[in-house]
Amino acid sequence: MAEVPSTVAIRNAKIVTVSGPVIAKGTVIVRGGLIEAVGENVPVPADAWVVDGEGMTVYPGLIDGLSTVGIAGAAPAAAAAGGGRGGRGVAATPATPAAPAAPAAPAERSMGPEDRPQTTSWLLAADEIQAGDRRVETVRGAGITTAVTFPTRGIFGGQGSIIDLVSGEKAAEMILVPAAGQYIAFGRGGGFGGGGGGGGFPISLMGIIAYVRQVYLDADHYRLVKEAYAKDPRGMQRPEYDRALEGVLASKRILLPANRLAEIDRMLRFGAELKQPMILYGARDAYLPEAADLLKKANATVLLSLKWPTPPARLPDEEDTDTLRVLEERDKAPTAPAVLQKAGVKYALYSDGLDAPRDFQRAVKKAIDNGLSREDALRALTLSPAEIYGVADRVGSIEKGKIANLVLTKGDIFDDRTTVVMVFVDGKKYTPAETAAPGGRGAAADDPGPGGNR
Amino acid sequence: MKKTLLAALVALGPLCAETIIIQNATVMTVGSKGTFKGSVVVKDGKIAEVGEKVMVPQGATVIDAGGQYLIPGIIDCHSHIAGDGGINEGSVSVSSMVNIRDIINPDDIAIYRALAGGVTTANILHGSANAIGGQTLPLKMRWGKSAQEMIFAGATPGIKFALGENPKRSGNPQGGRGGTTVPVARYPATRMGVEDVIREAFNDAKVYKAEWDAYDAQVARGEHPLAPRVDLKLQALKEVLENKRYVHVHCYRADEILMMIRVADDVGFKVRTFQHVLEGYKVAKEIAAHGAGASTFSDWWAYKIEAIDAIPFNATLMMRKGIVVSLNSDDAELMRHLNSEAGKAMKYGGSTETEALAMVTLNPAKQLGIDKTVGSIEVGKDADLVLYDSFPLSDFAKVQKVLIDGTVYFDRDKELVAQAAKDAEKKRLIDKEKASQPRTQPVRRPNQ
Repeated sequence: MAEVPSTVAIRNAKIVTVSGPVIAKGTVIVRGGLIEAVGENVPVPADAWVVDGEGMTVYPGLIDGLSTVGIAGAAPAAAAAGGGRGGRGVAATPATPAAPAAPAAPAERSMGPEDRPQTTSWLLAADEIQAGDRRVETVRGAGITTAVTFPTRGIFGGQGSIIDLVSGEKAAEMILVPAAGQYIAFGRGGGFGGGGGGGGFPISLMGIIAYVRQVYLDADHYRLVKEAYAKDPRGMQRPEYDRALEGVLASKRILLPANRLAEIDRMLRFGAELKQPMILYGARDAYLPEAADLLKKANATVLLSLKWPTPPARLPDEEDTDTLRVLEERDKAPTAPAVLQKAGVKYALYSDGLDAPRDFQRAVKKAIDNGLSREDALRALTLSPAEIYGVADRVGSIEKGKIANLVLTKGDIFDDRTTVVMVFVDGKKYTPAETAAPGGRGAAADDPGPGGNR
Repeated sequence: MKKTLLAALVALGPLCAETIIIQNATVMTVGSKGTFKGSVVVKDGKIAEVGEKVMVPQGATVIDAGGQYLIPGIIDCHSHIAGDGGINEGSVSVSSMVNIRDIINPDDIAIYRALAGGVTTANILHGSANAIGGQTLPLKMRWGKSAQEMIFAGATPGIKFALGENPKRSGNPQGGRGGTTVPVARYPATRMGVEDVIREAFNDAKVYKAEWDAYDAQVARGEHPLAPRVDLKLQALKEVLENKRYVHVHCYRADEILMMIRVADDVGFKVRTFQHVLEGYKVAKEIAAHGAGASTFSDWWAYKIEAIDAIPFNATLMMRKGIVVSLNSDDAELMRHLNSEAGKAMKYGGSTETEALAMVTLNPAKQLGIDKTVGSIEVGKDADLVLYDSFPLSDFAKVQKVLIDGTVYFDRDKELVAQAAKDAEKKRLIDKEKASQPRTQPVRRPNQ
């Protein structure tokens, strides 16, 4: 659990700052939750609790750009896997009382866009975060210190929040930015419990797209009418309050799902139509040059899922019946980060529910084995997501004045046998209970312990 | 001046289009030149010359089609391929807010298979679960291109209506769809209700149209009023009222066809095509008087009560009454041999070769309002052409080559060669996968 020395000095460590050059041997000073100083010749304050970083590397804390961590009952996967599927599993365990619980009564059956089906656009993840969520500790074990976590039920799930993964008493301590953007999923509606679907509209992908389009048209109109009313209410009927539209208007960006090339093409066009800054998430086919080209031309922002496609489980005597296209996709998907990097597309990697540190690290390693440089991999999980969400001024790199989110490792952070020795979040020190090493030695063995100034 | 003209010409032509001459073929033009032995020249994606004796243009690729038959690309007026995530928004009785354009799936292998069956254009329709269904559009089967590039440029979009058993949810009295376990009734449950839903929707659409017309008039006068709310559902119906969107009506029985004509006349729009229309032969005069086309099956019926009273003579009989008749597939498999479907119109009812062929080429083009550019082999039309190894209205005819806009999109010889390479690549990837990761083998569970 967290140790809270107010001042910490990590010395003699290799420091990978991400924003600047790597410091072969240097010191990082943490004070009051912030990085006070970093450099080769930084004096260690007298009151500091000293960590000897000899043989260790300090990285900025990793940022998971699309997650559900901290939201109890949410499906671990952030819903981008599988073409067209959305937050499916989510429906099974309603997390909050905000949405009508299953089974939906006939009266709740949505008869069109006006019923605002499967919409909780007004929700903020920040209001749903549970301080005691055990997944916080699990994902921190991979060196993830910051997550952009989303309510993912329905079509308009609500706004995500950027949180620091501290284990505290109050969820409020975790919140970095309460409103980070609206999460949209194209899960098949019609099931029960999917936020009031009840078999009503919409049940097809084109229905969902039409619905999202109508909501944005309505939001646009709603804003105009509200402005006119605010200007001169006399003689004008007051616009009816619509929380679904309020939620949409309060969102400064939207996240849209797109995996296949056709979906990427479709969502780039659709997003442009909605006139909102957007992030495409999933992006499985981004390995295709045509996809990277489209994304570059559209100046798109991409969150690339680390959950690489795998063959479906088959019986021993079952034949492989996948099409050539699917086989190619599985073969080439892990080259996507390298392809996007080369094409100059703005992107970040996200865990997509790979909670176990070992799975997460292996997934990143796979991208590295498929052409992504280690530096670029690190950036795609630190400064790049910070830039995408507009928080590069406080997290994402080891710089003076930024939040003290740090990871101390023995070995390269994305190697198979790396040990995450310590994680600092908001300057608070955590020791992972389990390392990411396969067959792993417990990190506790490497823990210098509190006050272990060796 | 010359420069701009040249630039315009370059911009117009599709990228890979070259000059091609197809020689020594039996050309069935379905157009003014009838059927003859000779050549067709393709230039910049268009048909440049058609005749018995034609000079080979300089630099032209020569296709010697001795003993083979050349016909216009086949057009399917009723297809449901190439869509992602369902083609039926069956949750509501009026789903005109949804649009096939949003979910075109250019990767659907059915596109390539249809192409290999000689289809160059298909009208992709919404399903028939609703009295008023979704918005539709024709696609060209440009396999390998993106969704947007498949859209038939300049074609008038459509909308699907449906009558009878499907919209009244026959066989599913609860009306629930989409896997819900909660029984939910959906209006309508009768044919009367279907008519009512259509009338009510247009009542709303007329109010909506009036609102927008008033707004447009104010704007035209230079005023700055607050725009009305855009309602995607009513917007599509407003376009129907403005003759900007074709109505394709799924129907079977004579009585419902007459009902639809009455409703259309009352409301003030035209039915562009009746689809399936198996009892069309009973009310052919009325359909012809309304000016609607009829798109039917050759001999597919009896799959439900309302599809019982059908005859294979339907297509020819309706044609003889002055209706523009096409034969459609409604099915990814049937779509691959529409040529032999057309052939059946010769056996049943005695259509001529040209009349039968027109039912899958020129007539559907007319029904979709695209006959100015496709549907027959005429100078100036798009070079959408199919080469068969033998008489194309026969079951034994095999498609050799298919051109769309002058570009070869299917070549049987090349495909047969490429298949081996694809199989080898597939095997390589499967072996690679097997080698790299031992699969987790699921436990075989006893059947429950």
